[in-house]
Amino acid sequence: MMKKTKIFAAIGGLSIVALSVFLIAADHIDSPTVAGTKVDIADFYAFEGDNPNSTVFIATLQGPLEPGQVTQNAVFDKDVLVEFKIDNTGDFKEDLVIQAIRRDSVDKQFMYFFGPSDVDDPDTERDGISGLTSTVNVNDGIGKVEISTTEETFTGESGGIKFFAGPRRDYFYFDFNRFNEIASGAAAPEGFFPPASATDFFENLNVLAIVVEVPNSMLGDAPDHIGGAVGITGLPKAYNVWVSTKRKQ
Amino acid sequence: MKTYNIKVILLAICTSFLFVQCADDDENGNVLDQDLCSDGIQNGDEEGIDCGGADCVPCEMSVDFTGVFVQEDVMGRPAVNTAFGGSADVKNSYNIAATSERNDTITFPQVNFRRAFEETLELYHDVYGDALGVDLDYETNILGLDAPTFSIVLAHFDALQVAPNAPTTYFDGTNVLTGRTLGDDVIDISLTLMFGGTNGTRFDGNNGTPQLTSDGVDVGDRDLTLPFPYMEDAISQ
Repeated sequence: MMKKTKIFAAIGGLSIVALSVFLIAADHIDSPTVAGTKVDIADFYAFEGDNPNSTVFIATLQGPLEPGQVTQNAVFDKDVLVEFKIDNTGDFKEDLVIQAIRRDSVDKQFMYFFGPSDVDDPDTERDGISGLTSTVNVNDGIGKVEISTTEETFTGESGGIKFFAGPRRDYFYFDFNRFNEIASGAAAPEGFFPPASATDFFENLNVLAIVVEVPNSMLGDAPDHIGGAVGITGLPKAYNVWVSTKRKQ
Repeated sequence: MKTYNIKVILLAICTSFLFVQCADDDENGNVLDQDLCSDGIQNGDEEGIDCGGADCVPCEMSVDFTGVFVQEDVMGRPAVNTAFGGSADVKNSYNIAATSERNDTITFPQVNFRRAFEETLELYHDVYGDALGVDLDYETNILGLDAPTFSIVLAHFDALQVAPNAPTTYFDGTNVLTGRTLGDDVIDISLTLMFGGTNGTRFDGNNGTPQLTSDGVDVGDRDLTLPFPYMEDAISQ
């Protein structure tokens, strides 16, 4: 009981009630500042492509979106720059950045893609120390693709890089409602439901997705896996990758 | 004169047998006459992306990519900030912190992310233990990570590790942390790392224990065999 008291004191405002609402999805609505805005990242995936010499990066945004009009009306924000960051030296500072941002013609919406840009290149304008601030790396244009709709899918390919932007089904799956009951203590002593009675909250919901597939030859050599730093040995060399959203000031 | 000639030639190509995209319009409705002027790249003699040079619209009338952009949200591994952030202050600070600086209590004197995450990890156990009437603590997980080390991995190394020369899995029982596929059950893996203890079976619903290591749902009927862009169309209804 000593421990619990100490923890509650340390966390201050955190309560069982707070626990019951804080996991909406993998990153959906993860903090009060970004919840419900067009910078809100829902999920991030990075995996070997159909071509095993390539890596696929997927960011999903603004989830979860109800099917129908909510999804049809969902748009990428022209003031939000989405960046995939690749650390290929093992220090968790990005070495390469791939950017995506929406721009429109008279009657169409496009997603423009840039990179992978070397952040050490003097032509790459950014805050090289923290990576928290950047400009669009217009000298490293990959290409653009018309943003897909619920009716039509468009994909682009240029210089060996494939790219896509538009609404997709949410691939995140989770019995979110039961988790809330567990976090509040209401699910004791059973815990989660068995598969026959569990419910995937996200089964029929959508997200806005940005997908980029990049040849590994453009990503440099991968560093030793960070797992080795905490005693998890024998892991293959691996890039450290993440996604951020940045708003125009 | 040069511009005129190129336009005439391109017009001829357009209207003859080559079916290429020879016209597009920019944000201001100007009709562009050359494929290079609409490919989203600065090429040829362009002075910006699809603008300037002999053939494209002047850059001052073209697509505007200017401005400074500042980070508002960030994500590496699934459910890290959402599940372990705890308070609104920690979550908001985490999202605007550089990934490499989350171990830096000088830059963030008010927030020790690692400690906050460890406290939340223990709080999950306390909440459930309280409901059961017992005192529960986190137990070193199947990766051999004790609470302080696990919270370092969560707070200081929050990125997906994606291996260019190995198959991708978040954790498949043997391989671990080589990326995240669309089908990986990141919730069950995360729950197992949080509640599974040293063998992964500490609270797995067997032997009278509560089920805390699997939420009971899987990828369901989502198609994992699709070519690029790999994800299904949006659900329509």
